[in-house]
Amino acid sequence: MRSSRNPSHTGGTLVAPAAWAGVRWPHLRRRVRFLPAHLALLAGVMLFAFPVYVAFVASTAELPEVTSGTLRLVPGVHGAENYWKAFVLGTGERIRGTPMARAMLNSLGVALGVALGKIVLSVLSAYGIVFFDFRWRAPAFWLIFLTLMLPVEVRIIPTYKVASDLHLVDTYAGLILPLTVSATGTLLFRQFFLTVPDELVDAAKMDGAGPLRFLWSVLLPVSRTTVAALFVVLFIYGWNQYLWPLLVTTSADKEVVVVAITKMIGTGEALVDWPVIMASALLALLPPTLVIVTLQRWFVRGLTETEK
Amino acid sequence: MRRSYFRAPLLPYLLVAPQLVFTLVFFYWPAVQGVYQSLLLQDPFGLRTSFAGLANFAAVLGDSHYLNAVRVTAVFSVAVVAGAMLLGLVLAAAAAQPLRGVAVYRTLLVWPYAVAPAVAAALWLFLAHPSVGIVGRALVRWGTGWDYTLHGGHALVLVVVASVWSRVAYNFVFFLAGLQSIPGSLLEAAQVDGATWFQTFRRVVLPLLAPTTFFLLVVNALYSLFDTFAVVHALTKGGPGKATETLIYKVYVDGVVNLNLGSSSAQSVLLLMVAVVLTTLQFRFLERRVHYG
Repeated sequence: MRSSRNPSHTGGTLVAPAAWAGVRWPHLRRRVRFLPAHLALLAGVMLFAFPVYVAFVASTAELPEVTSGTLRLVPGVHGAENYWKAFVLGTGERIRGTPMARAMLNSLGVALGVALGKIVLSVLSAYGIVFFDFRWRAPAFWLIFLTLMLPVEVRIIPTYKVASDLHLVDTYAGLILPLTVSATGTLLFRQFFLTVPDELVDAAKMDGAGPLRFLWSVLLPVSRTTVAALFVVLFIYGWNQYLWPLLVTTSADKEVVVVAITKMIGTGEALVDWPVIMASALLALLPPTLVIVTLQRWFVRGLTETEK
Repeated sequence: MRRSYFRAPLLPYLLVAPQLVFTLVFFYWPAVQGVYQSLLLQDPFGLRTSFAGLANFAAVLGDSHYLNAVRVTAVFSVAVVAGAMLLGLVLAAAAAQPLRGVAVYRTLLVWPYAVAPAVAAALWLFLAHPSVGIVGRALVRWGTGWDYTLHGGHALVLVVVASVWSRVAYNFVFFLAGLQSIPGSLLEAAQVDGATWFQTFRRVVLPLLAPTTFFLLVVNALYSLFDTFAVVHALTKGGPGKATETLIYKVYVDGVVNLNLGSSSAQSVLLLMVAVVLTTLQFRFLERRVHYG
């Protein structure tokens, strides 16, 4: 891509590229040519950043500035108290919620539990399906594969019934376990395992390694980038879950951040403590954003590979 | 296919068992329950249930509120899918150029994927609030009479904007990956033939992006059917009136709030059929892609 767009090409103009070769302002041409792209990207960056910037400004402001509508687009000096209220107390004017410290810990538990749980379940099942020839292989694969067709939202109420029959309502297990069911991980690992050469299996057998030894010492090490990529995507997925946690948790100390924030907003009255709510919202989006920004390469890989 | 397998009588079953148990307990069992429930009629107190055949489905399909939800979902889906895909494509086309600082641009365009839809909704609620929001107050000042808590149209616009905002990054990632997989020699050939930038884009790039575009079309449609519960719940609770009540939101309201399990389950089953059709389309296309690839 990079090499193909040689800036000295002039596209559809009548001047042959060679005619430009001796001209001394190729830089200018290059700048003008890519100006629209820069403008589009800057506009996109600003569109994405604007709501977060305004939230940041509000989270450092005093409540009356916000409720009177005189908020300026410059950060204020009340950040410390707002973030203290949001993170430690979970309370503010006309709001009483779960402290973000608690809610973030819950979200972290759900995100890690969902990500690790799904990875363990799907590595094991994909290993069984790819490396063993057993009688119920095809039915097992199809049973797992078909779950792709049913998003959790569609079967939410009967799933709640099952969780309540198993006494999982308002427990961490109830928050995490139903979210670990999906075929995407199994499919991704199956695809990857199929590319592992037979020679590796034969070599392991010749060295006298059993199947579990092979999984642990050969297969998992060569799969680690796939595991990492899937982990990043699943962590974000787990952290951002909304409908299921909303249904299955009833006590405030098990609330996840995303639910805690919408509960603080309630019906969106003008007079609630917006600075504290916006501080909470920024705290809620910070961990997954950091994960994506620092592990961007793996994230993009994980996303494009799990979905295809 | 593999030639070399491990041989063990019990081990493969033990390996597959955890995933299968979870799938059966949290997936197939609830799905069967849902379908069964959709065929039952319950009295308002939940004391007696009787078999109702397809009565729940007939009631749902004849209900004007349901048809309203279909209409809202259609408008919402078309707007979100079109908006998110167009913006994603434009940004990806720009970010695929050999620009200075392109890596920084990419990072700054990918991060919104990390923001939960409900949190994105909270941010936009604060912007668009008619009395405290910066954008909302500006709209009021310009005499638009902006108030998403009163006007159904305004509420729908707000829900669409928040959803598009949180969905562009996803489309950007996939379009960029698609653009980067186009061989540079093809673009060079087009340029040598004297094609303008737009001609190259229209005649070479877009056709080669068709698989990505189709994939995104299906995934975005699934997203706007199911994953937007959070945005609606956080922003408008389906209101004002029923102006932003989408199909998935109605399943929740009728099942969890109104406790009308028969109707809610019937709606779930109808939605499920749409999901099956869309997912099948996606796989049919994947098969084709494998053949071409």
